[in-house]
Amino acid sequence: MSTLFLIQLLNGLQLGVLLFLLAAGLTLVFGIMDFVNLAHGSLYMLGAFVCASLTFLTGSFVWGVLLAIPIIAVIGYFFEVLIVRHLYESNHLDHVLATFGIILIADTLVQLSWGPEGIAIPLPGYLSGQVEIFPSIIFPTFRLVIISSGLLIAAGLYWLITYTRLGMLIRAGASNRTMVSALGVDISTLFAGVFALGAVLAGVAGMLIASITEATIGMGNDIIITAFVVIIVGGIGSMKGAFIAAILIGIIDTLGRSFLKDILELFIASGSAETAGPALSSMLIYIIMAVVLAVRPQGLFPPKVR
Amino acid sequence: MKIQETSPRLDEHLKVPAMFGSGRGRVVTILLMALLLILPLIAWYAGNKFYLDFSTRIVCLAIAAVSLNLILGFGGMVSFGHAAFVGIGAYAVGIPAYHGYESAWLHFPLAIGSASLFALFTGAISLRTKGVYFIMITMAFAQMAFYFFLSLEEYGGDDGMTLWSRSDFGIINISDGLTFFLLCYGVLALCVYLVFRIVHSRFGMVLRGCNSNEARMKALGYNTYAYRLTAYVISGAMCGLAGALIANLQDYITADTMTWTRSGELMFMVILGGAGSLFGPVFGAGAFLLIEEILSAYTIYWALPFGILLILSVLFVKGGVNGLIQRGWRR
Repeated sequence: MSTLFLIQLLNGLQLGVLLFLLAAGLTLVFGIMDFVNLAHGSLYMLGAFVCASLTFLTGSFVWGVLLAIPIIAVIGYFFEVLIVRHLYESNHLDHVLATFGIILIADTLVQLSWGPEGIAIPLPGYLSGQVEIFPSIIFPTFRLVIISSGLLIAAGLYWLITYTRLGMLIRAGASNRTMVSALGVDISTLFAGVFALGAVLAGVAGMLIASITEATIGMGNDIIITAFVVIIVGGIGSMKGAFIAAILIGIIDTLGRSFLKDILELFIASGSAETAGPALSSMLIYIIMAVVLAVRPQGLFPPKVR
Repeated sequence: MKIQETSPRLDEHLKVPAMFGSGRGRVVTILLMALLLILPLIAWYAGNKFYLDFSTRIVCLAIAAVSLNLILGFGGMVSFGHAAFVGIGAYAVGIPAYHGYESAWLHFPLAIGSASLFALFTGAISLRTKGVYFIMITMAFAQMAFYFFLSLEEYGGDDGMTLWSRSDFGIINISDGLTFFLLCYGVLALCVYLVFRIVHSRFGMVLRGCNSNEARMKALGYNTYAYRLTAYVISGAMCGLAGALIANLQDYITADTMTWTRSGELMFMVILGGAGSLFGPVFGAGAFLLIEEILSAYTIYWALPFGILLILSVLFVKGGVNGLIQRGWRR
C-alpha cells in the first residue's frame, strides 16, 4: 500500500508538472493580454507531432525535442500575429469561439499531415529503463526525467519573471498594460514573444507526454480543460498560483483515481463504491474548482493588481 | 418603474425590436420561419424522409440555442456548459424508459424539473463569479454531469443507451416523424414567444439592465443576483426540454451530448445567428447544421473550412445571420 502510494504520488507529481507547463502559458497569456486561449491544447498536440516526426528524421529523441522547440515557437508567433492579435479588442466570448475554431482547424490539419493514427515516440535506451529510487520502489526513468525537467523549467520561469528585464515587463504588463505601453514599451512585440513562450511550454509538455502515451489527434482537448481548472483554482494571471494548483491537482487527480474506491469502501457498501469511485474521481478536480470558486471567486492566489 | 427615462444611453441599449423585427427584416424572418415549417412537409409528402429528420434536428437544437440566448444574448451570462442541460433532459427520458415508464407526461416534466434543479444548484454557485471565471465554472459543472452519466454502467456508461420507443403522449403518436416534427416546431415557436414575453416584461428589462450596467441596477435597489439566477433556471429548464426532444429524435442517448465541445457548438449557434435577437439562435442552429451537412458531404475534413468559417464569423460578422437579415449587408 505504501509503496503503491509513493509511486502514485510520483505519478501525480509528473501529471502536475505537465499541467504546470500548459497552465503557465495559459496564465501568462490571460494575465497579460486578457485573452482566453482554448487552442493552447492544439500547440501541445503540435509539439507532440512535430517532435515525433523529427525524432524519426534524426533518429534521436533529444534532437527531436531540441529542433521541435524553435518550430513550435515560430508557429506560436505566427498564430499570435495572424489571428490572436485581432481578437484582443473583442470580449471573452469571441476568444472562446475563435480559438474553438482554431482547434477544429488544427485537429484537421494534423489529421491531413500525419494521418488519423496516433504516433508513439521511441525513447533512447538510457531513458526507457527503470530505476530503483528507494529500496523496493522502482520507477520509470523517463517519468523522473519529466518531473525534473518540469521542475527545472518552473525554476527557470521563476528566474525569468522575477529577475530579468523581460520578466519585469511581463509583470508590469499583467498589472497595467496601458501604462506599460505608454512608457514606450513595444507592447505588440512583447505580446507576440510571450505568446510564443507559452506555445513552447505547451509544446514541450506535449513532446514529453507523447513518449509515454503517444501523439494523438485531439490529445490537447481534454488536458486543456484540466489546465484551465488549474489556472482558475490558482488565480488567473498568477504564476505561483498556477504552479501550486498544478501540482495539487495533478496529485489529487492521480491519487483519487487510484485510491478513492478503496476509501469509499470503508464507508459504503462495496458494490456502490465500485460504481461511485470512478465517477467521483473523474469529477474530483471539477468539484475542487467549484468549491474554490464558491469560497474564493478570484482563485487561491489572485495577482495583486489588475 | 420606467428605467428608459433615466438615461438616453441606457434607453438605446434596452430597445428590443418587435417580435419579427421591422421592414424588410420582418418579411425575411417570417419567410424563413415559414420555410422551416413548409419545406420539410413538402419533402415528406414527396416521399423524402431525410429532410424531415434533418429539419427536426434543426428545430430541436434551435430550442437549445434559444434557451442559451436568453441568458447569453439578453442576460450577458456566457454559459459554457449548456450541453449539460441537454444531456440531463435526454437522460430524463432514457432512464424512466429503461425501467418501463414510457409516458411523455412523466418524461417531459422530469426533464424540465431536473434541468431546473441542476440550473438552480449550479447557477447559485456560478453566479457568484464573473467574466471568464463564470465561463469556466459553468463548463466545470457540465464536465461533472458528463462524468456522472458516463459512470452510470446500468444506463449504458460510455456505450450510451438505446431508446426502444419514443415517449408516449397518449393523445398523439410521436413515433410518426411528421407528428414529431410538428410537435418540435410548436415547442420552438412557444419557446421563442416565451423569450419574447420575458424580454419585454419588467423582469426582462431588469435582466438586460444587469447586462448593460450592473452597478446602476444595484444602486436602483435590484437584487441582480436573484434576477440572474431566475433567468439561468428558466434557460436551463428550456434547454432540458430540448434535451428530452433530442433524445426522442435520436432514439439514442449518450453522455457525449454533454462534452464541452457540444457546449461550444451551442454557443457558436447563438453567435452565428446573432446573440440578443429573438430568431437569431434559430437561424444560427439552421446555418450551423446546414453548413456542417453540406461540408461533410464533400470531404471528411469538413472541420477545416468549418473552423475557418467560425473564425471569420467572429472577426467580421457582427450580429450574426440575424444582423444581416435585419440590416442587410451594411455594417
